[in-house]
Amino acid sequence: MIPLSWYLILSGLLFLIGLLAVLIRKNSIGILMGIELILNAANINLLAFWRYLYANSGDHRGQMFVIVVFVVAAAEAAVGLAMIISAYRRKNTIVANEINELKG
Amino acid sequence: MSFIADPIPFIITWLTRTMTSWGWPSEIVTVILYVLGALLLTVGAMVFTTMLIWAERKIGGRFQDRPGPNRVGPWGIFQTIADMLKIFTKEFITPVGADKVPYNLAPVLAVAAVLCVWAVLPFSKTVFGSNIGVGLLFLIAVGGLGEVAIILAGFGSNNKYALLGAFRAVAQLLSYEVPMVIVLLIPVMLTGSMGMNDIVAAQKIPFIVLAPVAGMIFFTSLIAENGRAPFDLIEADSELVAGYNIEYSGLKFGFFFVADFLHAFTSALIFATLFLGGWQGPGATNIPILGFIYLLIKTALVYFVMLALRFSLPRFRIDQMMNLNWKFLTPLALFTFMTTAVVNKVLPAGENLLRIGGLLAVNVVLWLIANWAMSSYMVRIPRPVVSGPRPVAVGEKKQAPKEEVAS
Amino acid sequence: MSPQQFFFIITAVVILVSALMTVITRKMMHSALWFVLALLGVAVIFALLEASFFAVVQVLVYVGAIAILIIFSVMLTRKAMEDTGSQVNKTWVISLLIVNLTAIGGFLAFRSWEVLGTFPTALMAEHYDIGELGMALIDPERFALPFEVTSILLLAALVGAIYIAFQRKEGKK
Repeated sequence: MIPLSWYLILSGLLFLIGLLAVLIRKNSIGILMGIELILNAANINLLAFWRYLYANSGDHRGQMFVIVVFVVAAAEAAVGLAMIISAYRRKNTIVANEINELKG
Repeated sequence: MSFIADPIPFIITWLTRTMTSWGWPSEIVTVILYVLGALLLTVGAMVFTTMLIWAERKIGGRFQDRPGPNRVGPWGIFQTIADMLKIFTKEFITPVGADKVPYNLAPVLAVAAVLCVWAVLPFSKTVFGSNIGVGLLFLIAVGGLGEVAIILAGFGSNNKYALLGAFRAVAQLLSYEVPMVIVLLIPVMLTGSMGMNDIVAAQKIPFIVLAPVAGMIFFTSLIAENGRAPFDLIEADSELVAGYNIEYSGLKFGFFFVADFLHAFTSALIFATLFLGGWQGPGATNIPILGFIYLLIKTALVYFVMLALRFSLPRFRIDQMMNLNWKFLTPLALFTFMTTAVVNKVLPAGENLLRIGGLLAVNVVLWLIANWAMSSYMVRIPRPVVSGPRPVAVGEKKQAPKEEVAS
Repeated sequence: MSPQQFFFIITAVVILVSALMTVITRKMMHSALWFVLALLGVAVIFALLEASFFAVVQVLVYVGAIAILIIFSVMLTRKAMEDTGSQVNKTWVISLLIVNLTAIGGFLAFRSWEVLGTFPTALMAEHYDIGELGMALIDPERFALPFEVTSILLLAALVGAIYIAFQRKEGKK
């Protein structure tokens, strides 16, 4: 049987790796992938807590939260990628540091 | 008798008893049995594909008034083995500048995406891979894996035509998933569950009778998802040479080839399971092997219809295909779904004639409306007249004016 | 070690290694492929948690849509940034330090929480049903409001993405 702490450690480490991706990478798409990893880690966390503590009580709050996180992640990935492509068309770069002027 | 009536569970119980009597813990036995089952299913599917390829070529030949393969073995049944031998021994030519990881991963992913579907299909009352409660959604999810495989193939080939072919293929596949998913909700509504076992068990009357419009939309979307004619602009031989698998040779191309045919057969299996009743038939609940035979017969019928469509219809252009999807299939799917939901709640439950008649009537009305809308739409498109009628033969020869030669 | 623990450890290792390779790999395309592997691993974890619906939706939404979007974007912007230089910022040392400190701090803070050792109780049959989640989603006293709000969010994202990415025809640019 798998104790709850294993799932929490996994989700914590995945969150930290995603955070590393957001902080370190130059490429905007790389930063977006880091954000998606963070959201996945949150999902694992929520579902683990739901399964271990609330699954038999008919309380679906954990599952509902995961559904909302799925929807938010999908919407944000779509809009974020559209913005990255649009910025690429204007400035011809996707390095996050170089898109630093409001002009143009 | 029980071995003949129900071979696979008999073997499973015998194996479980043997392994437990050797002293192995029951969890390890379960894992081993699952792995063995998956291996058996995979090998069976791949070996069956050889018969499928032969059947397709033979029947296709007959449709086109030619004999098909008839040299290698009686009626050419060993033709596929000869083809496989050739494919095995061909050299792998990797194009220069191709990215190795996507290039090599794509064929494997394509076959894996199709084989995953076989895990949720119920083959008889007692033989199925796994009975997850969301089997229907699983089918669509592994379709997404196939799309990733196509993009990787197109991108990893370092070839503009392969990339273009991959883009068009993914556009088609993603578009036709929309009406497919909407229409798949209708068997779910009529059953009350998303599990494939429940859907088959609830089909005392096949769903093609209760929801024929949904069945037709689903059939069209299945053919489009496979990339078979008339939707085969993905691999249009006369346009793109071979689409996203131009740069593949040898066994890697063999994988794409097998994935294509296996996907067609799997689609026929899915249609037979969801709309034609799967393993249901007279006596199938008592003698499960009969259920398997019924399923095979129904699948063969559906596959034959798919072959007939393939060898009879010309190919769609990409704009015709997109128009068909977004302007016809998706609104029709939405309307069917909404009206079936309302009618299903209003009519009394059970298998009485009122329910069947009501659902059939709704579908017929929808089909008539859709027909009228399509025909009036098609009348309104003005066909551009490019030039007047041209004569076939020129009347008199005109002399070309002679040039004055400068002296 | 039970088979469940064995599978969990293998999957966890696969997820963490893929996520790490996503951050570190030089070529953007390989980074996207490692990302897909990490997402598939997370789907397996959801299946281990007996949330089969979420495992399937993870493959459908993340791998089938978001990963394809990311691969398309990588393909479209390949010329923007060459794959040979350093892929990380100048500030990578400080970031690594911050992440490590957060990890150690987190472990120390939650070390003695008694919830951590709980084992899962067997799922009772009537709570296995996905239909219950569906009923909860449309029940006005339970979760109908978040459901409707997320659909409005999706509509806003749809309109926004189309508007941002739409290229005007010639003459109106």
